[in-house]
Amino acid sequence: MSIDLAAIRSEFPLLKRQINGKSLVYVDSAATSQKPQSVLDAMNNYYTTQNANVHRGVYTLAEEATSAFESARARTAKFIGAQDPHELVFTRNATESINLVARTWGYQNLRDGDVVVLTEMEHHANIVPWQMLSAERGIVIRWIPITSDYRLDLSDIDALLDGASLLAVTSMSNVLGTVNDIEKLVAAARSAGAKVLVDACQSIPHDPVDVVAWGADFVAFSGHKMMGPTGIGALWARRELLEEMPPFLGGGEMIRDVRKDGFTMNDVPWKFEAGTPAIAEAIGLGAAVDWLSAVGMENIAEHERALTAYALERLSSAFGDEITIYGPQTAEGRGSAVSFLFDEIHAHDISQVLDEDGVCVRAGHHCAKPLMRVLGVPATSRASFAIYNTFEDVDALVEALHKAKTFFAR
Amino acid sequence: MPGLEDLYREIILDHYRSPRNRGELPTPPALSAEGFNPLCGDEVVLYLNVDAEGNVTDIKTGGQGCSISQASTSMMGAAVKGKSIAEARQLITAFKALMSIHESKLEGGDATAATEEAIAGVRLGDLEALQGVVKFPVRIKCATLAWNTLTQILDESDSA
Repeated sequence: MSIDLAAIRSEFPLLKRQINGKSLVYVDSAATSQKPQSVLDAMNNYYTTQNANVHRGVYTLAEEATSAFESARARTAKFIGAQDPHELVFTRNATESINLVARTWGYQNLRDGDVVVLTEMEHHANIVPWQMLSAERGIVIRWIPITSDYRLDLSDIDALLDGASLLAVTSMSNVLGTVNDIEKLVAAARSAGAKVLVDACQSIPHDPVDVVAWGADFVAFSGHKMMGPTGIGALWARRELLEEMPPFLGGGEMIRDVRKDGFTMNDVPWKFEAGTPAIAEAIGLGAAVDWLSAVGMENIAEHERALTAYALERLSSAFGDEITIYGPQTAEGRGSAVSFLFDEIHAHDISQVLDEDGVCVRAGHHCAKPLMRVLGVPATSRASFAIYNTFEDVDALVEALHKAKTFFAR
Repeated sequence: MPGLEDLYREIILDHYRSPRNRGELPTPPALSAEGFNPLCGDEVVLYLNVDAEGNVTDIKTGGQGCSISQASTSMMGAAVKGKSIAEARQLITAFKALMSIHESKLEGGDATAATEEAIAGVRLGDLEALQGVVKFPVRIKCATLAWNTLTQILDESDSA
């Protein structure tokens, strides 16, 4: 292990907070990550020294703002293995990225009866845009099921992909933690002639990602889950696809020329970025990928794998049959999101009692209601770890669960 | 910081563990509606038999969710059964006033007078145990879900 955890933690000002007089135990990073000081500083520096609109003015300030904004794009693109920074479109978040694909590529290419293949473990963000297209365009949605050990059931994959136009799949389930084999799925989709969209929200903050090695066509992700600010996300897509896709929103920036009788489009990626973008947030995202790169994604993955293994072991040895973990039971082929039902206590009640001890876990359906229905549970609690979490955080979680059990047994 | 005991009163946990009036009624004649809390996935299903005089002769409840949503459902059913629709509406108004204290304080209003007016003359009984929920604003939606679903049924039967 080549990381200094105490030094890493000291870079996150929020981790110094106390809740109810207790040290904060933030284990909800799958919902959103905390932010290192360097990200906050980068945004503050933009507003205090460089604030001007981008791609507009010719003065020094505008030049600096544009340069900082485009540099953030280039560093973010490089971080995910993209070879061309102009293949990275800034959006508000992964949800907007997926909607962008559905509204542009989908409208251009999908007709009545065309097939989009999803999986049972998708987040609503990668379900509802396709259901909207289904309602408006009559496209057909097929679902890859999950197995009893919470992985994708690929036994019927060729039949499911047969004749499909698109496979839209998460690289890591935000509920189960399951990591999907994207390269294998892309190969299967390719032989069926289908394009592939990857919802990489949960992978990019936790594992080294190389979109070129994946071989996917579209990759969507959010800045705020990867140490960056809210309000910024990205869509990466292969350049030839972006070139052919119609624009998304209309307005300034996305045009080359506007006349009374029409407009011509700007080049990619700007043709998808109408209006003044989230400049400070993009710069913050650039600082976030710098921070992640400096720590090293291999180091991050290794630390989180150790934390996940420890959490799985501690939870099952402490509570045995009283706890049901929904997701792979070992740290192999899974990320750090650990969803569970505990002692028949509802997830909201667990989360409420844990908050007394400053332990932040997510409770609910995690924006994955089709999956919750497959699992046959209304809601789960979910702990999810990031690079700044410690083994003591896992201990605090287990201790707080003991207290919840005692409280509801009274 | 309010303690957990304010939220999880004994009577609430009792209704959660042993919900009253669980089950279904044949529709028709029963009126029925489902309520969802999209944020957290709580679900409530209500069945109501109303006689010709406008009295709630029977009520059954279903659904799933946290202790607060399910206890509130059970307590509401027990409170409304045998009452007239007019009395049920009074209860709804009083209960929602009880739950809105926090919100009206946030909006800078004087909650007390309006709340006292809505609650005046209405016997809330065990329902007052749910008052602790207002100290945990996120959970108010859990407590009011069943009541909003009941309102939905009564409004639909009015307009039918």
